[in-house]
Amino acid sequence: MKKQITKISKEKEYKKYVNKKVPKPSYLKNSLWAFFVGGAICTIAQFITNTLKDFGLNKTDANTVTVIIMVFLGAFLTGLGIYDKLGKKAGAGSIVPISGFANSIVAPAMEFKREGYVLGVGAKMFSLAGPVLVYGFGSSVIIGLLYYFFTR
Amino acid sequence: MDYIRAFIVGGIICVIGQLLMDGTKLTPAHILVSFVTTGAILTALGIYEPIAKFGGTGATIPLTGFGYSLAKGAMDSVKKAGLIGAFTGGIQSTAGGVAAAVVFGYIMAVIFNPKSKK
Repeated sequence: MKKQITKISKEKEYKKYVNKKVPKPSYLKNSLWAFFVGGAICTIAQFITNTLKDFGLNKTDANTVTVIIMVFLGAFLTGLGIYDKLGKKAGAGSIVPISGFANSIVAPAMEFKREGYVLGVGAKMFSLAGPVLVYGFGSSVIIGLLYYFFTR
Repeated sequence: MDYIRAFIVGGIICVIGQLLMDGTKLTPAHILVSFVTTGAILTALGIYEPIAKFGGTGATIPLTGFGYSLAKGAMDSVKKAGLIGAFTGGIQSTAGGVAAAVVFGYIMAVIFNPKSKK
């Protein structure tokens, strides 16, 4: 009986100790980082779009090429190890832009390279991008169907 | 001026993601998925289009913009091609980005090795 009581109180103590040690997220600081890094990434993209438009691309093509360039930059900087360093500070500021999508593909693919090029790189590339594509494509088809039946 | 608008709109969308990360137990994977889906739904409701007009890349580069071009592509294709457009439109409009992500992602993963974490 006594043993049990001490066990429970120890557990409680441990929980208290853990709660004390787990760092509280500092909302303001994290949000500022996310705002400035996310904003900066979008501003760079705007610069690329404007430059492409100056070269004579139409709006849709300029947007597509901008996305391709941002994906390339995200993947390349992840390979160099720079993007993950940035991500530690910037949090959602580097995850939410499309370059973060590229990051989510390259990071696990590099990590699992030793498991081979098919089941390692090929499969793990999509450990995070896969769900995004499933829900993205899924919702686009559903929206298309709804649009078809409601606009007839 | 469009740079400032892109900065502010993109920044705000990222802050929403950051607050969700800090304030809830959602993982980055959950946030990416919900951002894409939310972007698609807001586009279908006609809410995201004005945001994209105002914010430019600030609205199209975050993942909500991926949802935006998926939904917009699906609806535009339905207008042109009918029912089949629901299946082709979304993926067509995002094909460039997705193909780039797969190809560049693969190449970079093959070339580079993960940096040892300190």
